[in-house]
Amino acid sequence: MVLESRVHARKLVEWAKDKPEVVVFSADLTSSTEVDLFRDTYPDRFYSFGMTEQNMMSFAGGMAREGFTPFVHTFAVFLYRRALDQIAMSIAYPNLPVRIFGFLPGITTPGGATHQAIDDIAIMRAIPNMTVIETGDATEVESVFDAIQPIRGPVYVRQLRGDIPRLFDPTEPLQVGKARILSIGSDIALFSSGICTEEALKVSAALQRVGVSMYHVHVNTLKPFHTQEVVEIASQVAYGVITFENHTIIGGLGSAVAEALAETGLGKRLIRIGLRDTFAHGGSKTYLMKYYGLDALTLVRSIEQLLGETLGIDEDDVQITVQQPIRSTSKAEDL
Amino acid sequence: MSTTWSEYTQRVANGIRRRVLDFTIRNNGGYLSQACSAAEILATLYTRVMRIGESCAPRIPPPFPGVPSKTNPHYFSGAAYNGPYKPELDRFFISPVHCALALYALLVEVGRMDAQGLEMFNKDGSTVEMIGAEHSPGHELMAGSLGQALSQAAGIALARRLKGHTGRNWVFMSDGEFWIGQTWEAVETLVFYKLDTVGVYIDANGQSADGKIETVMEIGSIRDRLAAFGVRVFEVDGHDVEALAAPAELPPDGRPLFIIARTNPCQGIPLLEERRPRLHYVRFKDEAEKQRYREFLMTMNGGIHGA
Repeated sequence: MVLESRVHARKLVEWAKDKPEVVVFSADLTSSTEVDLFRDTYPDRFYSFGMTEQNMMSFAGGMAREGFTPFVHTFAVFLYRRALDQIAMSIAYPNLPVRIFGFLPGITTPGGATHQAIDDIAIMRAIPNMTVIETGDATEVESVFDAIQPIRGPVYVRQLRGDIPRLFDPTEPLQVGKARILSIGSDIALFSSGICTEEALKVSAALQRVGVSMYHVHVNTLKPFHTQEVVEIASQVAYGVITFENHTIIGGLGSAVAEALAETGLGKRLIRIGLRDTFAHGGSKTYLMKYYGLDALTLVRSIEQLLGETLGIDEDDVQITVQQPIRSTSKAEDL
Repeated sequence: MSTTWSEYTQRVANGIRRRVLDFTIRNNGGYLSQACSAAEILATLYTRVMRIGESCAPRIPPPFPGVPSKTNPHYFSGAAYNGPYKPELDRFFISPVHCALALYALLVEVGRMDAQGLEMFNKDGSTVEMIGAEHSPGHELMAGSLGQALSQAAGIALARRLKGHTGRNWVFMSDGEFWIGQTWEAVETLVFYKLDTVGVYIDANGQSADGKIETVMEIGSIRDRLAAFGVRVFEVDGHDVEALAAPAELPPDGRPLFIIARTNPCQGIPLLEERRPRLHYVRFKDEAEKQRYREFLMTMNGGIHGA
C-alpha cells in the first residue's frame, strides 16, 4: 500500500487554479490544515482570521452571498463545536456554497479530547441543507473537490491530512452518494468509513482464509445517505450488519445505517463499532484505536458475535500492511 | 550563601527552559518557544505569587484512568499537584495547554513531580499529555480548545466568593487568546461582577501557530482594550521576576487584575531567533541543526545540567 503526503495541499492549489471565486480561509492553522501552499501560490485569495472561528464562519456566509466560494479550514472540532450557531444560521439556513474542511477526525490526533472530533458527523448531519462527506484515502482526498463542486449548498468534508494511504484506484474518484463496494459476500455486511476502512481491509484476507464471506462497503457520503443501497446489501446477507467508524456510535454511520434498516423494516442484527459514548484522550493513533476498540481485532470479535462462532483469527492475522511514520515530517506539529 | 527569592525563581525559570530544550532535542519536536516565553511567569507564579499548599498528588503521575463519567470512580484531577483545595489557598488555571510541557518542567523544578514524570510526556496511556487535559499534572480544567479557561475560572471565583473563600484564582493565558470573542465576554463579566480575586497573567509573546500575531490577525493594544473594559491592568517585562510579582502584591481593589507580560519566544535560547517567524512548534530540520542545539544545551545555566 502506498502512502501519499500532503494530498489536500497539492490538489487544492491545482484544482483552484482556474476558479477565481474560490477563496481559502484559515484560523491560525494554515500549515496544520495544509493550505500553506495555497496561501503562497494565491496570496490574494487567502484570508487569515486568527482564532475567530465564529466570526470566520459568518464571514464566509457573507462572501458566499456575494458569489464567492469560501473554503474554510481548521481542525474539525473547532468548526462545529465553537461555531455551530454560525454554521447553522449564517451558512446552512441560506443554503450557501461554503466548503467546510475539518481535519483531525476522531482519534487521529494525540491532542486529546479538545482536539478530537468524535461527534462532528452527528452534529453536522443534523443541520438542514448540509452535505456531509468523509474521505477515506488519498484518492478520495484529491477527488473530493470535483465531487462537491456541483452542490449549491454547504458541504462539510471530514478530511485526512499528512501521510495517508491510497486504498482506491485514482481513476475511480469519489462520487457524492456513491459507496464503494470492496468485496461481495453473503454472510455479513460491513459498512466502514474514514480510517476504519483501511482497518477493515486487514480483516478481509483473514476472513477469506477461514471461509467467511463479507460484503464490505466503504461509505464516504454520510448525508445524503445511501439508504436504498445499504438496505439492498443488508438484505442479501445471512447473519447481520456491522458498521465501523472513527466517531461515536451515536449519530454517525452506525445511526444512519440503523435508521435505514429500521425505516424499511429490514430485520437484520446490527453491531455498531465506534466510540461507545465516551470522550477520548491523547495518544498515538494505533494505541487509541486499540484502547477504544476501533481496530481490526474488534471487528473480528464483532463478526464472531454475529456468526455465533470463534474464527481463530488473532492479532498476527490482521497485521498492519503499511507502517505509519511515528513522527511525520508532512505535518506541522505532532498534533 | 543565602539566595534571594528572585534568584531562586530565576533558577527555576532557567531549569524549565533547559528541561524543555532537552526534551525537544530527544523527541525531535516540541513546544519550545512557549517554554522560553513563559518560564519566568510560571516560575514567579509558583514560587512567589501563589499561596498554594504542598502537592497532594503522587510524585510519579498515575496512568490514564479513563475520562470522567458516572461509571468511572477512578478519575482524578491534575490540580492535586497544585496542593489541596482550601478556602484560603489560591488556585491555578492554565489556558493555553499546549504549553503543558513547560508546566510539567516547572512541576519538576519546584519538586512537585519527579523528573521521571516528564519522561511520560506524550506516551501512550499517560496522563502527562502533550496537550494537557484536566487529569494532567498541574491542570485543573479542559482548556485546550483555547479561550474557555478564563470564563471557567470566573465561575469558580464567583462560587468561591459565595462560599466565603479568600484564596485568589490565577489564570495563565496567551495573547493569541485575545483574538477570541469569548475572552472579551469573560472580561466584561469579571468587571461586572467585580471579581477581583481573579488575576490573569498573559504571556504576550506575539506568536501564534501561523507566525507573528500581527501578521495573522492584528489585536492592537491589549492594554488599551482591557483598560476600556474597566479592568486593573499592568504591562511588565515578562522575564523580570520582580516586575512580574509586584502587581500581585497590591491589595485587591474590586477590579480583576490583568498583567500583560511582554515576553520573547526565543528568550534564553538565542539559536531560536534563526527560526523566526515560525516558532509555534520546533522540529529540527536536520541532524546538524539538532547537534547545534545539543551543544547549546550543554552550556545552558553555566553547564549545570540538573536532573
